[in-house]
Amino acid sequence: MTRRMPRSGWVWLGIGAAYFFIPLAATLEFSLKEASGYGFSSYRQILEDPEFRDLLWVSFKLSVETIVLSVLIMVPGVYCVHLSYPRVRPVVEFLSVLPFVVPPIILVIGLLDFYNVDRAPRWFIENPWFLVPGYVVLSFPFMFRALDVSFRSIDVHTLTEASHSLGAGWTTTLLRVILPNIAAGALAGAFLTFALVMGEFTMAHIALFNTFPTYINYIGQTQANPAAALTIISFGLTWLALLGILLVGRRPGRGVAPVAGR
Amino acid sequence: MGRGRGVSLATSAESIDVVRPAAPRAGRRRLPLGWVGIAPFFVWAIAFLLIPAVALLVGAFRTDDGIWTTKFVSAIFHEPYRSAYITSIKISLYTAVLGGTLGILIAYAAISPKAPRFIRPAMTTFSGVAANFGGVPLAFAFIATLGTVGAATRWLDKVGIDLYGHGFTLFGFWGIVVTYLYFQIPLMILIIAPAIDGLREEWREAASNLGASSWQYWRRVGLPILFPSILGAMLLLFGSAFAAYATAYALTSGHIELTPLQIGELIGGNVLSDPHQGYALAVGMVIVISVTMAFYFVLERRASRWRRRAS
Repeated sequence: MTRRMPRSGWVWLGIGAAYFFIPLAATLEFSLKEASGYGFSSYRQILEDPEFRDLLWVSFKLSVETIVLSVLIMVPGVYCVHLSYPRVRPVVEFLSVLPFVVPPIILVIGLLDFYNVDRAPRWFIENPWFLVPGYVVLSFPFMFRALDVSFRSIDVHTLTEASHSLGAGWTTTLLRVILPNIAAGALAGAFLTFALVMGEFTMAHIALFNTFPTYINYIGQTQANPAAALTIISFGLTWLALLGILLVGRRPGRGVAPVAGR
Repeated sequence: MGRGRGVSLATSAESIDVVRPAAPRAGRRRLPLGWVGIAPFFVWAIAFLLIPAVALLVGAFRTDDGIWTTKFVSAIFHEPYRSAYITSIKISLYTAVLGGTLGILIAYAAISPKAPRFIRPAMTTFSGVAANFGGVPLAFAFIATLGTVGAATRWLDKVGIDLYGHGFTLFGFWGIVVTYLYFQIPLMILIIAPAIDGLREEWREAASNLGASSWQYWRRVGLPILFPSILGAMLLLFGSAFAAYATAYALTSGHIELTPLQIGELIGGNVLSDPHQGYALAVGMVIVISVTMAFYFVLERRASRWRRRAS
């Protein structure tokens, strides 16, 4: 028996590769097209647009805020579940995957309905910050899975007790003992959350806030070639986030789950 | 930091308490901090997930004046909402089955021990990127490829295949199916790969020692073992397509009647807006997704039987 792959195997891999690369190649070609020949004028036009920079910055800030809140909520939560409350684990897991059942289009109208002018302060509903609580909820499935796998790969009890018997308080234990051990998982979750927020269109669009994805849509309505350039840029952002996960996962002590999902 | 305390450790237990009075004592498994740690999660999930969801459920049965009614919910079963649900379900079904089938064939080819070594990590990376690439940019990528002046459309035209002349349009049903496959196939690959890993080489060898052909192995051993995983993964794909909004919106400018797009229309502040009807449609969507997820968890439990043994 030779170690050769059957021809059908190559055919399927070829189809997969074609499906992945052809749209990218076509978009790249489209983004480089100029009135005559090829060039970078579409990219230049986008990069020079002040609105591009502003809205990219808005989305970046939203994603950082989401990541910080999500980590602050999830790390102590998953830690305590593993340390003292394994019996609440199914409840936490259920709530964490619930955003799959309540997708963004539904979550946002629920948030808009409940946190309306009568109930919520003005500064909250008139600012893109309004999106952050929902984005944190959307990050729960990724964060929970990444952290859960990390916590499972370490001995939470021994680490905690060792830390306490050496005289550390809770904050020190969490920050200097637990966090370094689950950092890979937290970072993987953070990168996925970054990709999520930088590409989130539905909630921003329905709640009438301008972010980077709504900007892409706006450009797409009017200018085809710059829209293709933006698509390439946005694809590059997704790559960066996933590359981050790969690099983090390769570090010693890994424990990063391949977190799938969108 | 640890130094001074290290010294105190060497002394008696009492003096440790003197040095660090704030430190917790015995019985560390049940500390009040436990609840303090989980509380923010529950508060957040209740405030920004459960309460809005319940608000929608209530809103679906009430008018703006606070009168209880079932008219919004019963309207789901009439036009134009009924056919939007059917189209949404059909698109999700087609992309789940097509994407699932292609995904498993690609994953199986890449995972086979006969494939060159670089294939597997490359596939995982590309799938991770493609599965996370969606929304508006994905729609534009396909417009650049299969739109009326897309690269693939022009190329096919050159070799004599007039796509749009044959009735294809990227901005309709099949266009959405083709576009969604861009994330459905890699999603399937990522979900199904662990299950394929669980198929042990010994089983195949045992089957062939007993005289089974490759076809018989698949028919009697491979597929029955993988079946719950495949079906479960396809249910997840169904859910991911059913809930998708951005790609369909950007692709068709909202012109195709899909339930998520209709919800957006009803909520948006235009003449057509009728929020409570939108809430009712949303409740219908949640029910459809919940049913799929319930089936998924049942299948997942069956599938994990094999995975535990295999690992």
